[in-house]
Amino acid sequence: CMCVLTRSLNPFSGGQCAGEEDWVDNRTVYIGHKEPPPGAEAYIPQRYPDNRIVSSKYTFWNFVPKNLFEQFRRIANFYFLIIFLVQLIIDTPTSPITSGLPLFFVITVTAIKQGYEDWLRHKADNSVNQCPVHEVQHGKVVRKQSRKIRVGDVMLIKENETFPCDLILLSSSRDDGTCFVTTASLDGESSHKTYYAVQDTKAYTTEEEVDSIKATIECEQPQPDLYKFVGRVNIYMDNEPVARPLGSENLLLRGATLKNTAYIYAVAIYTGMETKMALNYQTKTQKRSAVEKSMNAYLVVYLCILIGKAFINTVLKYVWQADPNQDEPWYNNRTDAEKERHIVIRAFTDFLAYMVLFNYIIPVSMYVTVEMQKFLGSYFIMWDDDMYDKELGESAVVNTSDLNEELGQVEYVFTDKTGTLTENNMEFIECCVDGHVYVPQAICNGQVMPGSDTMDMIDSSPGPRARESEELFFRALCLCHTVQVKEEETVDGIKHGLHSGRPSSFYISSSPDEVALVEGMKRLGYTYLRLKDSHMEILNREDQVERFELLEVLTFDSVRRRMSVIVRASTGEVYLFCKGADSSIFPRVVSGKVEEVKDRVEHNAIEGLRTLCVAYRALTPEQYEETYRLLNEARLALHDRDRRLAEAYDQIETQLVLLGATAVEDRLQEEAADTVESLHQAGMKVWVLTGDKMETAAATCYASKLFRRGTRVLELTTKRTEEQSLHDALFDLSRTVLRPHREPSGLGLDPDPVSGLSGECSDFGLIIDGATLSAVLQPGPEASSAGDYKEIFLEICRNCSAVLCCRMAPLQKAQIVKLIKASKEHPITLAIGDGANDVSMILEAHVGIGIMGKEGRQAARNSDYAIPKFKHLKKMLLVHGHYYYIRISELVQYFFYKNVCFIFPQFLYQFFCGFSQQPLYDTAYLTLYNISFTSLPILLYSLMEQHINIDILRKDPTLYRDISKNCLLRWPIFIYWTILGVYDAMVMFFGAYFLFDNTTFTSNGQMFGNWTFGTLVFTVLVFTVTFKLVLDTHYWTWINHFVIWGSLIFFVVFSLLWGGIIWPFLNYQRMYYVFMQMLSSGPAWLSIILLITAGLLPDVVKKVICRALWPTTTERIQVPRPQPGPATPAFIQRHHQGCVPNLVVSQPGCVPICVLGTHRDA
Amino acid sequence: MMASGYNAKEEDGHHSGAPGNGGAGAVKSKKPDNTAFKQQRLPAWQPILTAGTVLPAFFVIGLIFIPIGIGLFVTSNNIKEFEIDYTGIEASSPCYNCAQNYSWNSTSSCTCKVPFTLEQPFESNVFMYYGLSNFYQNHRRYVKSRDDSQLNGDLTSLKSPSKECDPYRTSDGLPIAPCGAIANSLFNDTLELYHLSNGTRTAVVLMKKGIAWWTDKNVKFRNPGGNANLTVAFQGTSKPVNWRTPVFELDPNDPDNNGFINEDFIVWMRTAALPTFRKLYRIIQKKVDAPTLASGKYELEVSYNYPVRSFDGRKRVILSTISWMGGKNPFLGIAYITVGSVCFFLAVVLLIIHHKYDNRCSSADIPN
Repeated sequence: CMCVLTRSLNPFSGGQCAGEEDWVDNRTVYIGHKEPPPGAEAYIPQRYPDNRIVSSKYTFWNFVPKNLFEQFRRIANFYFLIIFLVQLIIDTPTSPITSGLPLFFVITVTAIKQGYEDWLRHKADNSVNQCPVHEVQHGKVVRKQSRKIRVGDVMLIKENETFPCDLILLSSSRDDGTCFVTTASLDGESSHKTYYAVQDTKAYTTEEEVDSIKATIECEQPQPDLYKFVGRVNIYMDNEPVARPLGSENLLLRGATLKNTAYIYAVAIYTGMETKMALNYQTKTQKRSAVEKSMNAYLVVYLCILIGKAFINTVLKYVWQADPNQDEPWYNNRTDAEKERHIVIRAFTDFLAYMVLFNYIIPVSMYVTVEMQKFLGSYFIMWDDDMYDKELGESAVVNTSDLNEELGQVEYVFTDKTGTLTENNMEFIECCVDGHVYVPQAICNGQVMPGSDTMDMIDSSPGPRARESEELFFRALCLCHTVQVKEEETVDGIKHGLHSGRPSSFYISSSPDEVALVEGMKRLGYTYLRLKDSHMEILNREDQVERFELLEVLTFDSVRRRMSVIVRASTGEVYLFCKGADSSIFPRVVSGKVEEVKDRVEHNAIEGLRTLCVAYRALTPEQYEETYRLLNEARLALHDRDRRLAEAYDQIETQLVLLGATAVEDRLQEEAADTVESLHQAGMKVWVLTGDKMETAAATCYASKLFRRGTRVLELTTKRTEEQSLHDALFDLSRTVLRPHREPSGLGLDPDPVSGLSGECSDFGLIIDGATLSAVLQPGPEASSAGDYKEIFLEICRNCSAVLCCRMAPLQKAQIVKLIKASKEHPITLAIGDGANDVSMILEAHVGIGIMGKEGRQAARNSDYAIPKFKHLKKMLLVHGHYYYIRISELVQYFFYKNVCFIFPQFLYQFFCGFSQQPLYDTAYLTLYNISFTSLPILLYSLMEQHINIDILRKDPTLYRDISKNCLLRWPIFIYWTILGVYDAMVMFFGAYFLFDNTTFTSNGQMFGNWTFGTLVFTVLVFTVTFKLVLDTHYWTWINHFVIWGSLIFFVVFSLLWGGIIWPFLNYQRMYYVFMQMLSSGPAWLSIILLITAGLLPDVVKKVICRALWPTTTERIQVPRPQPGPATPAFIQRHHQGCVPNLVVSQPGCVPICVLGTHRDA
Repeated sequence: MMASGYNAKEEDGHHSGAPGNGGAGAVKSKKPDNTAFKQQRLPAWQPILTAGTVLPAFFVIGLIFIPIGIGLFVTSNNIKEFEIDYTGIEASSPCYNCAQNYSWNSTSSCTCKVPFTLEQPFESNVFMYYGLSNFYQNHRRYVKSRDDSQLNGDLTSLKSPSKECDPYRTSDGLPIAPCGAIANSLFNDTLELYHLSNGTRTAVVLMKKGIAWWTDKNVKFRNPGGNANLTVAFQGTSKPVNWRTPVFELDPNDPDNNGFINEDFIVWMRTAALPTFRKLYRIIQKKVDAPTLASGKYELEVSYNYPVRSFDGRKRVILSTISWMGGKNPFLGIAYITVGSVCFFLAVVLLIIHHKYDNRCSSADIPN
């Protein structure tokens, strides 16, 4: 959160330089479609789109084909489509309905959802496209529909109207040619921004006058960067073109709203889909969670199993059929058509038929269930009352529900400082002029703050010389800013009442620092009143109004880290006032009490205050002329304007006289320290990435307990690399960091975490600054060692519990995240920030979290999750993340398990039916197994499960380590579940087999057939897999009871009904009375009970034994201890004390025996 | 207005789960409802499986399962079963000649007599089964080769049977009734039982009713146009190729057992689950005064029509008594005893672990 004065959303700046060179094509716009005098310039006719906004994807006609195409591009859907088509084409054991129906259901539901969304988009588009706008035609105002606006139309916009396209401001109702605009719906910044009309046209304020303008605009072709625009307007006064520069301050963007200005005239330059707003709404790249990756890996395994099964069966079938009497006994002849078919085709068809028979092992419904779980699950995050912030009136927002479970896997947290760790609620603390410190009064109830003894009061005037510079300093702060005064009704944005007498006025700025400074000045006696007719008015201590003409504003940018204004006092003197970070001011200072100010600045920085230095320079008229020329040249440039402007600024802001420094406090957010500590205990590494200076940032880090008293802070800063080469510094650090790990154990890393508890371990913190970081990351001249630096740096970081990166540019933040992401452990990263400069890192990290801060909503909008305050991160990760990880991993494992149970008996049955692809279960069972008999319990489990109470999870962050590294979805656990599935399938199948083996089990001697056999297996199956879930459920609400028992009852009722009637629409009645006949037999009941018990037994035993012998932390906490004494607290304490980060490094992996657990501390 | 365009785009992304998260106009309170459900604080029962809680369950399961198993095992052992293989593969077998000389075309049936001795008398109802081995009634091509609507008396299906019946769908241009491979391969050996005592040969009375499911006989299977005058009803259809008599002559003497509702036919139409199977053939009803089948010499008279040698099949006749749990099958009893014992054993193991673990735990926690 560095560029506090001007924000720039800059995801495109990476390619900026290249982009500007590529910029060959520009457009020429004739204002009001009036051609310029001949010979002015070659006319290049261009076709522009109309102003229709098309956000909809489909039209009425192409919806069905296009939507189907999009849906079947998903690999899973395509797979199911193929299976379905195979079933349609060849003679397969199961009817196409069994796979067609679920697929149809999924496709239809998705299509309806997307269709509905698209219909909404159509409606929104229409209402936008047809909304009436006013155009000036031949000096008359004409109403027309928004979509009919063409490039070059002159538009009339009234107050509170939204701009229908991108416009260049020609003139406004305000005399100074400015207008106020809020871009709340564009980037979320609700502050009023000032836009400027072209100087030469601002006088044309009626329709007729505007109509008489003859001008052309040359500008670049549209590009998506909201804050970048270069162009030039040629105004023909008496056929003589006057060229004026156009910048983003002249460009009104579609979507922004006109405020505080009665009306404006503006000309359309980008319309429809070429407006910056439209160009900006590309969808974000979709992030995939680690769980999803595991799921896909499992899918591949199951696909292999599926193909393997089909292949084995096909081969066995032909081996078995080698005997013609097996192949085609007299009672079972082939049809003639089949006989004629070539053996290869027959074999291939058989292979496909097996694929179809076994395809349920990869169920359609899993995708649906996972999606539903994520979608519905995200509501619990949004509904969470604990993450509601009263002040903001906001609760958590979920922008992507795909990453719920990733919240439980975070290993690295990258956080912004200002606005994230801190409040971003700036308060002016003090200023220092020439070494004298001033503290504004009336901070608390009009009382003077009890402060340090170095504090001077204003009244103790230190002499006329000092008084002069003091007044200059205060005036400088009153003038050098971009604050606006809002006088009327309340504003949505930042509200700061002007104290005395005028409660209806507010200072508004996109930077809270500036507001704090201007307000601080007010408390010190200098009140900034307003900007009127290019004159800034100040009410000085003697209640006199001073007027300064504002000549130039050298706006803030994050590279220069300073801003300047050039003003002309009423006496005629021209001053340049410059305000900026100490590092960017001191090198440019030629005189002033540098040492005193520097001391004070450093002192304040250590206190955690934000400091700014103020300097000035008196300009002679000649110097001002020179300055004006420099600026104007740069502004008129079409190419490289930014670079040239920067150069100009650089030349102008020199030879400054230092006036003093200011200190503004940015308080820590509530519970920030507690949250950081919890994250540490949960095994996460917290990195602070800030644009702030090192001292301030380090102070915040200490305050937020990122660095603790025992932390050894290592520095890798420019200061150090000046003394020592980067190479040596890095190696020194790595030696320091690695030593204590080697010493205690002697032989490499000791996997026993208890050694970390010995107490002598020190934990490390690293401070690195932007410049050094880019040196580390840049491939140096010796190409071979460049990679080494990275590796060494990563190695150092790995051993530090906290890292502070200061002086970071926004893109560097993303670079760091990328670096860590790409390191060899591939840790899961989370980035949290509140400002536009955090967007790049939020987009880069696995999980991006935005804070709904005061600096606009860009971070929140680009994030995956948005929360009101930093402290909410704790619940988000430790509770929601933990739960969703547990839930979804069980969901995934269980789904595969239940389908192994489902399909493996079919596979076994092939060995007993001559490999003929005879399905074991009836079609209805095949279809409904995944859709209705076993779907809801697991869905509800994956929404409701709480293996540990919310409060315990919050209290004991160490539990988070139990699920680290995707622990529940590792291969051993997957294999365990699969083996369990195969075991259950064997129990079910062979149980039924031995029961049916050549005997009867009815009391009337009648026999059962193959469908009863399948139904028996199926009944056991449904009950077993449901009871398996019952055993895994730790949290039984009435909903769980309802759904679990409900779906079992539904299965029974359905079976009774399905077999109870001769269904007229079916061409077979194979299930008629099968279920009821089965239930009328006692042994069937007995065997169902037996087989369910036998199927569940191993899992129960495994669970109980693992819990007893190798309990995980989670399992220990789960069991309430009745015995007296603080058993559980003592245990928790054991984890809390000592060197937490070392625990992370030396954690042993999962104990393979107890595949369900993570690091069991046996 | 324009903002809505924005929102629409955002929904384009995956799930923009948040309702109204972008609107600048959404001023209404976003405070979530403080309900137990939404806050995930519904009252809940939170059971944990531990050695302590599972222990008693295992003991109980053991204690219940073992007696049940013993009961089942004893019941199964008390069932008397006698099995005769009359396939006639061995030269010594009485049916050897019939098996060797079998041809489809022979109009007269070959009869063979298989003598056997019952060591023990069979009390109460005795069930007579025929059994076939290596006969894949569960082959997919076979299982689906039937037309249930034809068998249900549907007149359209009678005249144009389902395609599933191919290649047993039509014969000589006429639709086959009943069509399909299952019907075509109807078991057609006739089995009769004679008791030999004191030189006299008395036929044992064999009941042919009650061998099929009641629902099959009365609902699922129906003759076209009712049971009267089947000859007319089946006019225009052809008999299955392997049959000797048309379907309306399966049991000419009993109109309630003729045509599609012939019980032997219905039994055969219920395809067996496994390639070795038995099917109920006749019931010998218990006598009031004497054992149903007294011990002594018996003779099984077989009219040998059904060829099984080509696919290495076997034909058997089984005489069995039935208990409440069906025929002789020791599996269930043994399985119950096994699972019960395993549970019991595990309970003991867990008891030990539970004891040790409890000690360990308290000793591990307190020093810290």
